[in-house]
Amino acid sequence: MSVIIILIIFSLLVAGTFLAGFIWAVKSGQFDDRYTPSVRILFEDNETVKERSKEVNK
Amino acid sequence: MVYEILNENDLCKYYDIDSNPGISQKKAPAQVKPRFEYLDDPQVIKQLLDFSDGNVAAASFYIPHIHCSSCIWLLENLHKLNPGIIRSEVNFMQKSIYIRFNLKEISLRGVVEALVSVGYEPQINLADAETKIKYSSNKKLYYKIGIAGFCFGNIMLLSFPQYLSLEGYIESLFRMFFGALNILLAIPVIFYCASDYFRSAYNGIKSRTINIDFPISLGLLVLFVRSVYEITSGAGPGFFDSMSGLVFFLLAGKLFQSKTYDALNFERNYKSYFPISVTVKKNNIEKSVPVSKLNIGSRIFIRNDELIPADAILFSSQASIDYSFVTGESAPVPKVAGEIIYAGGRQKGSVIELEVIRTVSQSYLTQLWNNDTFVKKDENKFNSIVNVVGKYFTIVILMVAAAAFIYWLPVDMRTAINAFTAVLIVACPCGIALTGPFALGNAMRIMGRNKLYVKNTSVVEKMSTIDSIVFDKTGTITQTGASNITFNGEVLSAYEQKLVKSLVRNSTHPLSGRIYEAINENEMFDVISFKEAVSKGIEGMIDGKLVRLGAALYAADKNNVLKYSGSFDDKRATKIFVSIDGSIKGYFSLNNTYREGLNELTASLRNRYEISLLSGDNNGEKENLLKYFDEDSRMFFNQSPQDKLEYIKVQQSRGRKVLMIGDGLNDAGALKQSDAGIAISEDIANFSPSSDAILDASAFSRFPALLGFARDTKKIIILSFVISIIYNIAGVSLAFRSSVSPLMAAILMPLSSVTVVVFTALSTNLIAKRKKL
Repeated sequence: MSVIIILIIFSLLVAGTFLAGFIWAVKSGQFDDRYTPSVRILFEDNETVKERSKEVNK
Repeated sequence: MVYEILNENDLCKYYDIDSNPGISQKKAPAQVKPRFEYLDDPQVIKQLLDFSDGNVAAASFYIPHIHCSSCIWLLENLHKLNPGIIRSEVNFMQKSIYIRFNLKEISLRGVVEALVSVGYEPQINLADAETKIKYSSNKKLYYKIGIAGFCFGNIMLLSFPQYLSLEGYIESLFRMFFGALNILLAIPVIFYCASDYFRSAYNGIKSRTINIDFPISLGLLVLFVRSVYEITSGAGPGFFDSMSGLVFFLLAGKLFQSKTYDALNFERNYKSYFPISVTVKKNNIEKSVPVSKLNIGSRIFIRNDELIPADAILFSSQASIDYSFVTGESAPVPKVAGEIIYAGGRQKGSVIELEVIRTVSQSYLTQLWNNDTFVKKDENKFNSIVNVVGKYFTIVILMVAAAAFIYWLPVDMRTAINAFTAVLIVACPCGIALTGPFALGNAMRIMGRNKLYVKNTSVVEKMSTIDSIVFDKTGTITQTGASNITFNGEVLSAYEQKLVKSLVRNSTHPLSGRIYEAINENEMFDVISFKEAVSKGIEGMIDGKLVRLGAALYAADKNNVLKYSGSFDDKRATKIFVSIDGSIKGYFSLNNTYREGLNELTASLRNRYEISLLSGDNNGEKENLLKYFDEDSRMFFNQSPQDKLEYIKVQQSRGRKVLMIGDGLNDAGALKQSDAGIAISEDIANFSPSSDAILDASAFSRFPALLGFARDTKKIIILSFVISIIYNIAGVSLAFRSSVSPLMAAILMPLSSVTVVVFTALSTNLIAKRKKL
């Protein structure tokens, strides 16, 4: 039965990482604009992707 | 024009994405490009840039024209049009763009001109420079909800075994472990997530008022302390699940309530309209100077379409000033040398020279903002029904709790404390606290669907208490854009219409634009020797014929116009005479048109509200207006912005709750002073003075229905108060007998919250449907 204690601690840690993930998402601005990215993803961008990633790598 | 630029750069896909991309530049015939010289001024650049390291700079602009997915695509591909631009990112909801660019290749002015060249002119004004575009930050609320949700879920799971009356089976080791974890998880909920409620309750007490947050805080605190006591003493599992659940629901309500219209700005003052800088002539050198540094006596130059930032005396011989966003009246006013031109006017035509006689903040229009109305904050001005109810609720609950304590005291101290805390826990007014956010938040969304955009939920509540309505005239009950254009005189043939249209296409005068739109011919002729006489008219040789358009004496000689002489005295309408090869054909007349549905609107509002009208104009339209406003006594003309503000004040001192509807900057004072100020606008993304709500002009006829809806929303709130108080009475009567168990609390509290939320959501939607909103 006492294995439950370990299991609960472990499950709390797992849930905690999700919470941390959520906080990170808010912090990095993913909730600032909840519309534009949904449109942006539909554009066919040929070389834009490459340029963008270059810009990010810089 | 735009197509050519796009084609050159292989960006024609723009036209494939959305069937109706961009705004047509055809609409503005031969518009003179706005000037951006001021963007070369280092001080201005510094104010506008978000960031700069000498090589790379970044700036954000507000672009009201953004309206479709093609806009996003084009604007985010700006780097293809202009190699100096590194990256651009659009925020559609805020209609803003963030641009990073290479300072070595392109200047800030270059970036703005690149935007203008594809038809997206950013709005740059004094207010932006003073405070950069700020991003609405709900981040804290998201953090709090995330953490509260996390803790709520875990606490519930950990509490669950203890509800199933397994007390005997659960080893005391587990009970301790679960209890300790629960306390640990509850600490961030009460100290971080719920901190706003404690702060608000504390502030309320400090200012000697009890708001709804007081009983909530009290309930939460008692929940926390009693649970900690129960767990540490081993008396029971505590109420942490109810507590964290309550906090989670309350925060969710807050998020629901906090819907904002990012693209709309409710806080505009004159600074949002005024340019950042102006061209000043000093010792024969022209220099761009920030308007805040304009001194009395400065000589300034104002070009076509530029705004006059301070009251000034005209030095050039003539000017034609469009005061449309001060008064809403779009016909330009002619001025001659020596006349005072008030700030806020827009020059139409050639460059004029002026001498400043008052600084920007002391000008006729802008000094309105020095009034007390704009200084004091309007918080606490309005006492929400939730807080009113909360106050009495708190008093009653404290009395009941005390009664329970005294009742049980003879039995034993322990039971007495139990009963006392149980009452406070069960009575925690989660239902009442949730009603406001959900009912008003939902009402706000429904109003938004009907094109009335309210600043926050308390405006909905304010709208429900209104008993008098004050209208502005020009631009509010009259239509700004589409004044009725009629042609009087000989009937123009299709050929003659084409001649006229070809001529007006070359002029930037707003009246030309109107005539251009009014004529339904598409073929165009070339115009030779086009001439524009400021504030008189225009002429040109078209297809071998001399076509003149303008004031009566300009378009033709005096004898010729005699047959129309009767119409000279009629000052009500603006007239533009047309002559072709010297013979006068007649005149276009522009009448004010009242908005569609005005008649039904005033008729339906008249019964319930006291209606009055304030107009900055003379009483020329009075007779026409009498059709809509029956009582003679409540129409006031020649009202200055200050007069309008004072009128509202007088009404309020009579105990009236006043709603003001206006559109121009001259209504700004009245809008601010009124209990609910609604700005009406043809294009909601564009100009509107600071207000509590913005009404799209197309929804004008629905306005009475929206007011009625606000009243019904308040009734719904009261009804759901009754529901949640019934829950409370049931709970309290159990608690009084000291028989409240954690399981009961865990069921009762969410149940009452869910009932209230479902009831408000369903009933507001039902009423909206019935009112056809």
